[in-house]
Amino acid sequence: MDNKSPYLHPQYETLSREEISKLQAERLQATVRHCMNVPFYQQKFKEMGITPDDIRTVDDVRKLPFTTKQNLRDTYPFGMAAVPLRDCVRLHSSSGTTGNPTVILHTKNDLDEWANQVARNLWMVGLRPDDVFQNSSGYGMFTGGLGFQYGAEKLGMLTVPAAAGNSLRQIKFMRDFGTTAVHAVPSYVTRLYEVMQEQGVDPRRDTKLRVLAIGAEPHSEEQRKRIENMMGVKAYNSFGMSEMCGPGVGFECQEQNGLHFWEDYYIVEIVDPETLEPVPDGEIGELVLTTLCREAMPLLRYRTRDLTRVLGRSCPCGRNHVRLDRMRGRSDDMIVLRGVNIFPIQIEKILMQFPELGSNYLITLTTDDNNDNMTVEVELAEMFTDDYARLQKLNKDITRALKDEILLTPHVKLVGRGTLPVSEGKAVRVVDKRKVYQ
Amino acid sequence: MTIHQLSVFIENKAGRLVKILHILKEGGIQIIASTVSDTVEYGLYRVICDKPSQAYRLLRDNGISVTMNDVFALQIDNTPGEAAQLFELFSQADVNISYMYSFLLKGKGIIVFRTGDTDKAREVISLNKLSFISEENLSEL
Repeated sequence: MDNKSPYLHPQYETLSREEISKLQAERLQATVRHCMNVPFYQQKFKEMGITPDDIRTVDDVRKLPFTTKQNLRDTYPFGMAAVPLRDCVRLHSSSGTTGNPTVILHTKNDLDEWANQVARNLWMVGLRPDDVFQNSSGYGMFTGGLGFQYGAEKLGMLTVPAAAGNSLRQIKFMRDFGTTAVHAVPSYVTRLYEVMQEQGVDPRRDTKLRVLAIGAEPHSEEQRKRIENMMGVKAYNSFGMSEMCGPGVGFECQEQNGLHFWEDYYIVEIVDPETLEPVPDGEIGELVLTTLCREAMPLLRYRTRDLTRVLGRSCPCGRNHVRLDRMRGRSDDMIVLRGVNIFPIQIEKILMQFPELGSNYLITLTTDDNNDNMTVEVELAEMFTDDYARLQKLNKDITRALKDEILLTPHVKLVGRGTLPVSEGKAVRVVDKRKVYQ
Repeated sequence: MTIHQLSVFIENKAGRLVKILHILKEGGIQIIASTVSDTVEYGLYRVICDKPSQAYRLLRDNGISVTMNDVFALQIDNTPGEAAQLFELFSQADVNISYMYSFLLKGKGIIVFRTGDTDKAREVISLNKLSFISEENLSEL
């Protein structure tokens, strides 16, 4: 490792577009052949009348079948394995709140490649073996814990598996161990900052923090800026999903102009979620990923349900791996209220523009007198007045700004600091209590 | 000439007020006067207490939305017409009162109020030699 190099894997990170395509074509062919060990894919190929020999170029990926989360549920637990179980060394599983859980298997090589991706990302944002990395992310089945742990260790950092929660202890660790980088979901960083304030701890003065990695929760540019202003350091957006491995799949470089998705590991497509046809660069669609290096569970054209768009395929940082916009929400967490499509992230973007407000909010959908309504509860940051008129004005201003964004008038409710449920994993932002009329 | 008052934001939800009162109790804070005013969804709980700065930190550290500001507390005789006479003075000086509340303490009427025009109010108080309660008096009350 050359500490001065901006790249951990220059041989892959600085590939030209042409070289990326060539590498992807080779790896795709190998992946497709490997998928023939999976009865699910054998069957799909048979139905579609294709064989691995039909796949020669990267564009041939469009001939391949899609894979959905439902497919993973249907083949629960081990139906998607492409290697014998004895070759697998790790299993991660989703919570399964909406049906069968999904299981993701890893071989030793899979774990190694996963760690490589995370290490590459952390190196990209300027972290080096001298850094102290505190991972304030859930461990266990949630891949944000072990994924960052292995990656940070691979890079050679002193890595603190602090896990999520117990904010007082987190802050003590940061100060005692000289933590220079923290990884957490964005809502938890905000929580940490609140506790720091309560304790009279100034992250700029009292810690050595210099880099934040935030991800796993869709968040707006406004929330990122707010987090950066609070903590006084750069916060880099991370993308991952357990189906691909976990965190590591995409990450922002120091330019902060979108997430580089590693095309030596994945083929990235953006499709219209209705027609499943590719959308032009710059247009929002559903992210579809094909794994290129996975042994235990290769996935073809996996529909992530995450909505994003292509920002470009070059970058001042010297990496030509495709840059994607931050996730705009999920094609399946879109709220449809009175016929209007609304993403929670739109609401968050507006709320974050009000300095009087905290970062915690909750959207509740209800049916009152046969009308569907939206209530947005949002916490005050600090109490800024004892004047009703100013509170009412704030309420009105928020309502108007939201209406301009979502074209419906929500009911805005100010609540005191710390009164909305705080999650130390992924924040619950939407509660749907509407009656469904059949 | 003014005293500190705490204003706490509380949702109209069972248990919110009790929680705040408990925090104050645990901190050994003596409440001298308090009032809750409400809109449909939230209220402001305004408190005069013996150790306002300490109470403010205590509430804030417990994650409560609280602010501390200065209000006037004037002392008047407990006889009919005293309040009318008092506010007549402010009215003549064109001082608007944002809100006020009153209570009895040791046989004297105490009127707490806040105005947008603090400087003018101070003038009225000095000019008319009105009897006011200051921060130092508070802990003796």
